[in-house]
Amino acid sequence: MTTKKLFLFFPKCETEKPIIYHLVKDFGLIINIFRAKVTPDEEGYLALDVTGEDANIEKGVEFLKTFGVNVDPFNKSLRWDASRCTHCGNCLTHCPTHALKVADRQTMRVAFIEELCIECLACVRNCPYGVCTSAF
Amino acid sequence: MKTYAEINARIESGKAVVLTADEIIDYVDRKGLEAAAAEVDVVTTATFGPMCSSGCFLNFGHSKPRIRMSEAWIDDVLVYAGIAAVDMYLGATELRYNDPANMNYPGEFSFGGGHVIENLVAGKTLQLFALSYGTDEYPRREVRTYFTLDDLNQAIMVNPRNCYQNYNVAVNTSDRPLYTYLGKLDPRLRNATYCSAGQLSPLLNDPLYETIGIGTSVWLAGAPGLVYAEGTQHCPTCRRGDNDVPMEGAGTLALTADMKQMKPDFVRGVSLMGYGVSLAIGVGIPIPILNPQILKRAAVRDRDIYAPVVDYSTDYPERTGKVLGHVNYEQLKSGQIEVNGKKIDVGSLSSYAKALEIAHLLRDQIARGEFLLSPPIRRLPLQQTMKPLKITEKAK
Ligand code: SF4
Ligand code: SF4
Repeated sequence: MTTKKLFLFFPKCETEKPIIYHLVKDFGLIINIFRAKVTPDEEGYLALDVTGEDANIEKGVEFLKTFGVNVDPFNKSLRWDASRCTHCGNCLTHCPTHALKVADRQTMRVAFIEELCIECLACVRNCPYGVCTSAF
Repeated sequence: MKTYAEINARIESGKAVVLTADEIIDYVDRKGLEAAAAEVDVVTTATFGPMCSSGCFLNFGHSKPRIRMSEAWIDDVLVYAGIAAVDMYLGATELRYNDPANMNYPGEFSFGGGHVIENLVAGKTLQLFALSYGTDEYPRREVRTYFTLDDLNQAIMVNPRNCYQNYNVAVNTSDRPLYTYLGKLDPRLRNATYCSAGQLSPLLNDPLYETIGIGTSVWLAGAPGLVYAEGTQHCPTCRRGDNDVPMEGAGTLALTADMKQMKPDFVRGVSLMGYGVSLAIGVGIPIPILNPQILKRAAVRDRDIYAPVVDYSTDYPERTGKVLGHVNYEQLKSGQIEVNGKKIDVGSLSSYAKALEIAHLLRDQIARGEFLLSPPIRRLPLQQTMKPLKITEKAK
């Protein structure tokens, strides 16, 4: 069993179709939705975790693509721009899961552990340097 | 033991021994103070963090026909035009025109003076919009144009207060969140924020201003700069530890340098929710090891530097002077401190990682013979206090 974080982008909204239901029913995936923004006749966004057998996750993703859903592993729903992070540490006490944490107390450099992020958006509001941004 | 001239001669010949303020700690432990003082020429200190009292003078050159700009905005941020015709001062904390500020509390403050300064140094194209009442020799009444840093005759950063010697650790004992210049403070002592590079910070390595004074050469965001005056609110007569290191704000520096030589990585706009905008800059200052005493002070470590924990819900705004306790930078950097018997998670606003990077850059620059030291032409005041603002009923 693996857990994979997915960021789905619906170019033209497919909200009337029970996509998540099929992911659970047809592929036996466990779904944990962090955030969603879906409005009819507009673009839709969904940030979620899927847990299941690797092969089933893959099939599930293929299934999603048949709806024109964009599943891009490089395009993240919550972005931490490593090149612009100043490692100030202001986000540390606001991140509930320590997805943002000090990687090394000697240099005090901050790291972002994507798998731990639950997309609460606290860092987006708190980062003084606009390093954390949300795709939606 | 050593003079500035001797140290500079060694720097120029590429033989100077230069260490950063964190490297020097172990070095002194290993070699002993006297031997280390004989060997080491320079210790590099540094800091990176928001420094609100920052800004720059810009000269735009003259248009045809000429304009005496009396009001001006750069990317919709108001600049001060109450000086010569095409000179302006752009301040770090100025908000963008029409920013709702805290009307929708807590305000976002996503863009302001600090961001304009960041973009300018990064080489981006900015918009100038200026108005004038028009005069015989400056007939133009309005101008809107686009420019980059290269187009300006001068862009000189002039910061009235940088490098606070030490700083408060902010906490919040109240029942509601606070949005401060030290970030969001959660209610009931749930987090704390500090803002200093501790053992790397310039004035904590020279607590009595023996080498850092007016005229000292500094590294300001990568450009060769200097200390042009004591910083505003410079208050050397504060509570100090046995090692003479201040246990509160204390000294400050006024710094200047040419922005055309700055590195964008060290000039960054800051948005503080509910508070406003600012500018974070990187400063590096070399300390010449003239004698063992100076080295001893430069080898100060985090655990021997204390900062006051202050409640920003009442004591800070009301200026009660009350301090909840003192913690050292080793504790702060561990990520947790104890206040009123409660363990509190710690975040910060200054970047130790960037300060470290600057200390290394300056160390290497000096070792390559590219940065010389300058003896201060005047020392910073050691005996003065900070006056409060008295609110009087009538004119004196
Ligand atoms: S608050 Fe922003 S700049 Fe500071 S460490 Fe966190 S992500 Fe980086
Ligand atoms: S969105 Fe929340 S959980 Fe994710 S990194 Fe930011 S603060 Fe942490």
